[in-house]
Amino acid sequence: MTTTSTMTTTPLTPRRIDPSAVVARTTARSSVQETWVQILAMARRALKKMRRKPEQFFDVLIQPLLFTAMFAFIFGGAISGSVSDYLPVLIPGILAQTALTVCMATGVQLREDMDKGVFDRFKSLPIARIAPLAGPMIADLIRYGLASVLTLVAGLAIGYRPGGGVLGCVGGIVLTVIAGWSLAWIFTWLGTMARSAQSVQGISMMIMFPLTFLSNAFVPAETLPGWLQAFVKVNPVSHVVSAVRDLFNDGAVTAEVGWAVIGCVVVVAVFAPLAVRSYSRKM
Amino acid sequence: MADLSAVRADSLVKNFGDFRAVDGIDLHVRQGEIFGVLGPNGAGKTTMLRMLATLLPIDGGHAEIFGVDVRREPHRIRQLVGVTGQYASVDEDLTARENLWLFARLQGLTGTRAKTIAVELLERFGLQEAADRPLSQFSGGMRRRLDLASSLITRPPLIFLDEPTTGLDPRTRGQMWDTIRELVTDGSTILLTTQYLDEADQLADRVAVIDRGRKVAEDTPDALKTQVGDSTLQLNLADGSDTVLAANVVRRLLGEEPVLTPESGRMNIPLPDPNRAADVLIGLREAGLGISSVSVAKPTLDEVFLALTGHGADDEPQMEAAR
Ligand SMILES: Nc1ncnc2c1ncn2[C@@H]1O[C@H](COP(=O)(O)OP(=O)(O)O)[C@@H](O)[C@H]1O
Ligand SMILES: [Mg+2]
Repeated sequence: MTTTSTMTTTPLTPRRIDPSAVVARTTARSSVQETWVQILAMARRALKKMRRKPEQFFDVLIQPLLFTAMFAFIFGGAISGSVSDYLPVLIPGILAQTALTVCMATGVQLREDMDKGVFDRFKSLPIARIAPLAGPMIADLIRYGLASVLTLVAGLAIGYRPGGGVLGCVGGIVLTVIAGWSLAWIFTWLGTMARSAQSVQGISMMIMFPLTFLSNAFVPAETLPGWLQAFVKVNPVSHVVSAVRDLFNDGAVTAEVGWAVIGCVVVVAVFAPLAVRSYSRKM
Repeated sequence: MADLSAVRADSLVKNFGDFRAVDGIDLHVRQGEIFGVLGPNGAGKTTMLRMLATLLPIDGGHAEIFGVDVRREPHRIRQLVGVTGQYASVDEDLTARENLWLFARLQGLTGTRAKTIAVELLERFGLQEAADRPLSQFSGGMRRRLDLASSLITRPPLIFLDEPTTGLDPRTRGQMWDTIRELVTDGSTILLTTQYLDEADQLADRVAVIDRGRKVAEDTPDALKTQVGDSTLQLNLADGSDTVLAANVVRRLLGEEPVLTPESGRMNIPLPDPNRAADVLIGLREAGLGISSVSVAKPTLDEVFLALTGHGADDEPQMEAAR
């Protein structure tokens, strides 16, 4: 690698820069449309990185396959009497768990990314503060989609026959992707707050385990003691899991679907502004 | 709007905990000039630049860029200033072309325009052959050039360059100097920091010398140099224990204060007039003090510092003192 090169004297454009004209053209903030273009450019950056580092898809690919098979055969008999009876309960639960794992990766990767030099440039550019956060999350939609489809396929392979048919399954997967994207704002906020990627990982684990296991993802809520049931009922993950069960197994858009969507909206409304504020302050 | 200043900063202050990294600096950069901020490592150059670039909150004082308030209108400031940091702020996982495309799109250029500007800049900075290679294969000089190119996409009227040539080999350094001079002919104003007096001398129209968060001098490079003398006589005494005696001889003959390094018997003497070097050498021989080597050199940053502050650029107890 040599650095042989010449710097030519061709100016970028022949006109001289006029500072007062540039000042007159400046705007006080990015417009909605500009922000959208910025988010898409950031999403494209994240997609390029994904293509270049496919190993980051490992957890997305392995976890649904492994957990579906493992949980089905270990808990199936104990909880539902048989594996095939457990699958309609289990698959939506695994789906939620997988989505949360992807969420966690979102936070950890954002933290890693923010420590790199290029974030200094992002901060020095006239762009909306939400763009560097929201861009990667758009690219992550692909991961949620991939993980959801794989979980469903793994279930089908060991005998799951969803009663909701194709439409129900598509509905359930779309809901999972929306839920994953919404809950990811919690982890994005953590990513902007924490000191290092490791601490994001640690804190995320502590949040993820209660969210998944203190929900109806793997066991029916009725089997739990009363004080736990109270938490399980307000846990947005429970609502997402119930809603996905209704969609997958019955093809029914029930009240649970509504609750799940409301839960997601609330999470985004609370955590997206928190994340942007904490990111803007970190300068 | 008759004010032709690019940067006007009054008593800027930045605290990190109890430590005051920038301690009331005034700065006035005129439009169209290259303004140099000269100072040793840890003087507060980067901190000052980052405050002006809206990358760090300003703790005290006031700053305007082309009349726009830095604290109140950060988004406008970001449209006026191109920042090239001390460490390249480009995306290591993308190629040079992808980097430029990304920064162009983020600043609102259309997809086609982003592509053509990337090509233009790659060509201008001699990076066209490396355009599609991963940055991990880039040398330090190439990275710096890409970083600078990234700051020029929207042709900002003010460009910040934080130690643009630190760590570059002399040839790449010369190329960078040429590029910086070209930017001014385009109509940009440049605020650059450096640790090298010769760099400030080569590039800057005016220089502010910063030490421990304070501005200790501001002048043209020529005027600064004459404060220290045009050149320096560097002596190594045969016997290190003679330094005190030798210093007395110098004071008597020239009326100048030499910089001493007694451990190695070394002495740097500011020379207002190079012809007087001979007087010193004769004086030392008459005093019976032996010399092992002698040379005449241009003043270094250290000597500028000593002349301006009374202490060298290297003895820096500032962090310890602050804690
Ligand atoms: N984020 C920070 N936290 C604490 N101290 C800092 C921070 N950044 C810089 N400093 C301190 O402020 C002083 C000035 O640093 P800097 O502006 O980087 O100097 P220069 O760029 O002139 O080398 C140094 O003593 C440095 O250790
Ligand atoms: Mg610095």
